[in-house]
Formats: sequence, structure tokens, C-alpha cells
Amino acid sequence: MTFSLNLFSDLQQILYYPFMQHAYEAGTVVAIVAGIVGYFVVLRRSSFAAHSLSHIGFAGAAGAALFGISPVYGLLLFTTVGGSSMAVLSPKATYRDVSIGTVLAFMLGLGVLFISLYTGYATAAYSILFGEILGISSADVLLTLVAGLVILAAVAIVYRPLLFASLDEDVAEAKGLPTFILGIVFMLLVAVATSIAVQVVGVLLVFSLMVTPAAIAQQLAKRPRRVIIISVAVALMTTWLGLFVAFYEPYPVSFFITSIVFVFYLLARLGNRIVKSRSVPGMISEASN
Amino acid sequence: MTMTKTDSIGPGIKAPEGSSSDSEKIITAEKLAVGYRGNTVWGDASFAINRGELVAVIGPNGAGKTTLFRLLLGLLQPAKGNLRIFNAPPTRGNPRIGYVPQRHFIDSETNTESLELVRLGYSGRKWGLSLFSQNDRKFALAALTDVGAADLAHRPLGELSGGELQRVFLAEALVSNPEILLLDEPLSNLDIRRESELLVVVNEVVRSRKVTALLIAHHINPLLPYLDRVVYIANGKVATGRPAEVLTDESLSSLYGIRIEVLHDSRGNLAIVGLEDTQGEHEQ
Repeated sequence: MTFSLNLFSDLQQILYYPFMQHAYEAGTVVAIVAGIVGYFVVLRRSSFAAHSLSHIGFAGAAGAALFGISPVYGLLLFTTVGGSSMAVLSPKATYRDVSIGTVLAFMLGLGVLFISLYTGYATAAYSILFGEILGISSADVLLTLVAGLVILAAVAIVYRPLLFASLDEDVAEAKGLPTFILGIVFMLLVAVATSIAVQVVGVLLVFSLMVTPAAIAQQLAKRPRRVIIISVAVALMTTWLGLFVAFYEPYPVSFFITSIVFVFYLLARLGNRIVKSRSVPGMISEASN
Repeated sequence: MTMTKTDSIGPGIKAPEGSSSDSEKIITAEKLAVGYRGNTVWGDASFAINRGELVAVIGPNGAGKTTLFRLLLGLLQPAKGNLRIFNAPPTRGNPRIGYVPQRHFIDSETNTESLELVRLGYSGRKWGLSLFSQNDRKFALAALTDVGAADLAHRPLGELSGGELQRVFLAEALVSNPEILLLDEPLSNLDIRRESELLVVVNEVVRSRKVTALLIAHHINPLLPYLDRVVYIANGKVATGRPAEVLTDESLSSLYGIRIEVLHDSRGNLAIVGLEDTQGEHEQ
């Protein structure tokens, strides 16, 4: 298979293969969900929690492999339980890091045990850690789609209260919003989004889809809805482009995805700096105030 | 400038307004006490606050000023006594109360624009999406205009100075059209000019919207021209009244347990000597 300059015929060629179809389907759902949930992760400064949840998922995925079931079920079980207990144990984000880290280390240890007990191929661990989107089954695609739709519906319901509680928790609480429950809902959203994103980029690289696109978008827009749209667009472009390139080159998809999103990130930082240096001189001194 | 010590009240202090027949009691406390885990923060407080008053809540750090706000917001239950607001016990999430909490820290990386925060003050309690309603946007712009911050609408929150942020927070609290405003230390971290600018805005809002405002502050002086009432919280006790009643040598000295003199200059400005000098001893 060779790359031609006719992108349409390239795409036709790529999507001729069922494994590439599945990869594009799952990748698209994951990019949309990660772009949206990632916005709240960045807004709430919970990227460590999101990162940790994927590592907690590692134990779940390894356990699932041990019992011969699809890793995504293990991921969903471990991340949802892990995420809601994080939210319950330390409701205030400020004090969360230490308790998350403690749970995280324990869970990773558990994952190591499961992997050592697992007598199958060593590649199982590799694909959990770094993603195996090209090997995704049609059943997993369906599960990804269902999980994605559940997340979208949940976000649509809690959108404004969650936004309020994330931006201004004290006032939201005083206004009678259930900030504690919203914290749990948020962690559950992150848990499910992480679980399906792990299939694409793996446990170690979830950051690249869950956090980086939203961080890029935050540099480029000031209104939540616009930030979310840009975040989704970046995640989609990254995933599609990554899969496209990986089809022609013999290197892992997750390498291309993480590299592409990193380039986007650098460009956004650079662009932002240029825009800021061109604005009114007073702006910068005020910004540092 | 000559300073003469006097017990009478100068023109710098707003005189108690007219007859109290048209003043409606909006907050009443009777023998109110509050505490955490059996430790009383303050007790035996009885006072009433009328609709449309601008009230300063003053006292040393840790005396329980914010605790009073938590009571009014229904986030904390009284240990003893009776507290009524709008003629009923406080309930959490009362839409008739606007609240600006004390902020220790504003995330300098929050790129979200001010208008969006103010909008949430109006619509942040609503579940589900409303893709087409722009009502909250309209009200948010009006609230920002009312506090003289229309030009901040599209500036990122993380870039605003302390005084600008306080205006945005004030708009966020005002946008839902509350009858009571609770402002927790809005003047901290502001220089003298920003302090007086913000106080002018608060005073205008209180008078034009007939809002009752309680404002926690460390220093009484900048507030004096606008105050209707003072609530002093110190040493486990609460003293309240018109500034003329509370701002006397006897009253302040007994409350703070140190000798305090209330001085007036020739133009009627008031200076409270002793309180500012020793305030460091009260703060942690």
C-alpha cells in the first residue's frame, strides 16, 4: 500500500480494511468524548486525577485479560469505582493529590501482579499501556459508542451546574447546587471517558487525548462552548491524522497521535504568545498582577 | 488638621435615617450562638437588620465574621438562639441572597471570560442545555454595566486585577436580582483608590436596587461615609447598632479589651485611634 496525493482514494483504500474502519469509528467516538470531558478536566485542574484513573484502569485491564474477558470491561469497573471513591474521599480538589497518589500506587501494584499471573502473550501488557486501536473488535466499537452516548447525555444534563461548580465552587454551593454529587458525576465521566480512550492510546498516553486538546483549546478561546468545540476538533484531527499516517508507516498509532497533538500544543502556545505580545502593553503587566 | 476628641458623632457618619416605621426587618437574631464541635465561636447575639441597609461586619481574624455569613446562607446551623431571614429560618440555596465569598486565590490560567462567570450566576442552577436562550447573557451584561465593569465582559478572569475581579464577583452575585448581598472581605488586597472605587459601586447598588448588603471588612474608616449599621464581632461577643452607637470610646474599648479613642477632625472625618495600631495583635 502506498500513499498517493489523491487523499480521497487513500481514504477509500484505508477504509477498505475492516480493522481500519473499526479504528476510525472507535477513534472518532473517543476523540469527541475526550475533547468534551477533557475541557472539564482542565477547568477543574484535575489532570492528575484523569492521569491516575487511567493507571488504575491498568489493573482492571490486566485483571480482565487474566480472566479472559475484554480489557475494556476491567477498565470500566476499576476506573468508575476508583473515580467515585476519589471524589468521596476528598471532596475538595485542593487536598486530592496525596490520596489519589496513594490509591494509584496500590492499583499499579495490583496491575503488575495480574500481568505476572497472566500466562498469555506479553503483548497484552504492551497494548494496555500503549493502546491497540488497530486490533479493536466490532463488539468493542459498539461498547465504545454506547459509552460515548451515555457520556454525551450526562454532560448535556449537568453542563451548566458542572460548569458553575468548576469555575466557582463556593458560590455554586451557597446557591444550593449539590457540588459534592457533581464532583462524583465528574469523576464518573472521566472514568468512562478514560476507559474508552485507553483503547486508542493506552493507559500511559491517555493524557494526549484527555488533557492536551482541551489545554490547546483553552489557549485559543475564552467561552466554554467555543473551547469545547475547538477541543473536540483538535482531538478529532489528531486521531484521524494519526490513524491515517499509521496506515502507511510501520510505527505505533499512539506514537503518531501523541506527536501530532504535541505539535498542535506547541503551535498554540507560540500563537498565543505572539498574539499577547502584540496586544496593548498594559495587558501584560496587569496579567502578572 | 486639628483633632478633637469627642463623644458626639460627626457629619462623616451617616445619620440614622428618618423614622423606623417604614423600615422592614429583613434579618433578626435573638440570643444567637454559633460554634463548631461544642466550641462556641460567639454567642448571645441579638440584632436586627433592616431592608436597604449597608452593614459593615468588622472584627479581628478568626472572630467568626464568615461564620455569620455561613449561618445566613444556611450552610451552618445555630448552636443556640434564633435566626430569621425574610421571616423564616435560613435555607441553603436561597435565590434571594447573593454571595461573594472570600477568595484567597484566583487561578491565573483561567482563560474563561468574565461574562461567562456572571452568566452562570443567573443560569448556573439550571439543569440541561438551553442552546437558544440568551437571557442570561443579557442580564449578565446588565449586571456588569451596573457595577461599572461592562468593559471587563470579554476579558479572561485570570488577567483581571483584584479590584476588577471584585466587580465581576459583585455582578455575578447581583445578576440573579437578590434582596440581600453578602460580601466577604471584598476590600482585602485592594489599594486605597480601588477600595474607595469599589465602595462607591457597592453603595450605588445598595441605594438604587434597595438591596441589603452585609460587608465584611478589616478597617472601618473607608466604609464610614456609607454605613447604616455596624456589626462588631470580637472576643466571642457581637455588638451591633448604628455607627453612632457603636463607634464610641466606651463601646469599642470594652469590645476589644484595649483602650480605643474615637477622634474627629475639623471636617468631620472620623479616626479610630488604637484599633489600627494594635490590629496586628488580633490577627494571626
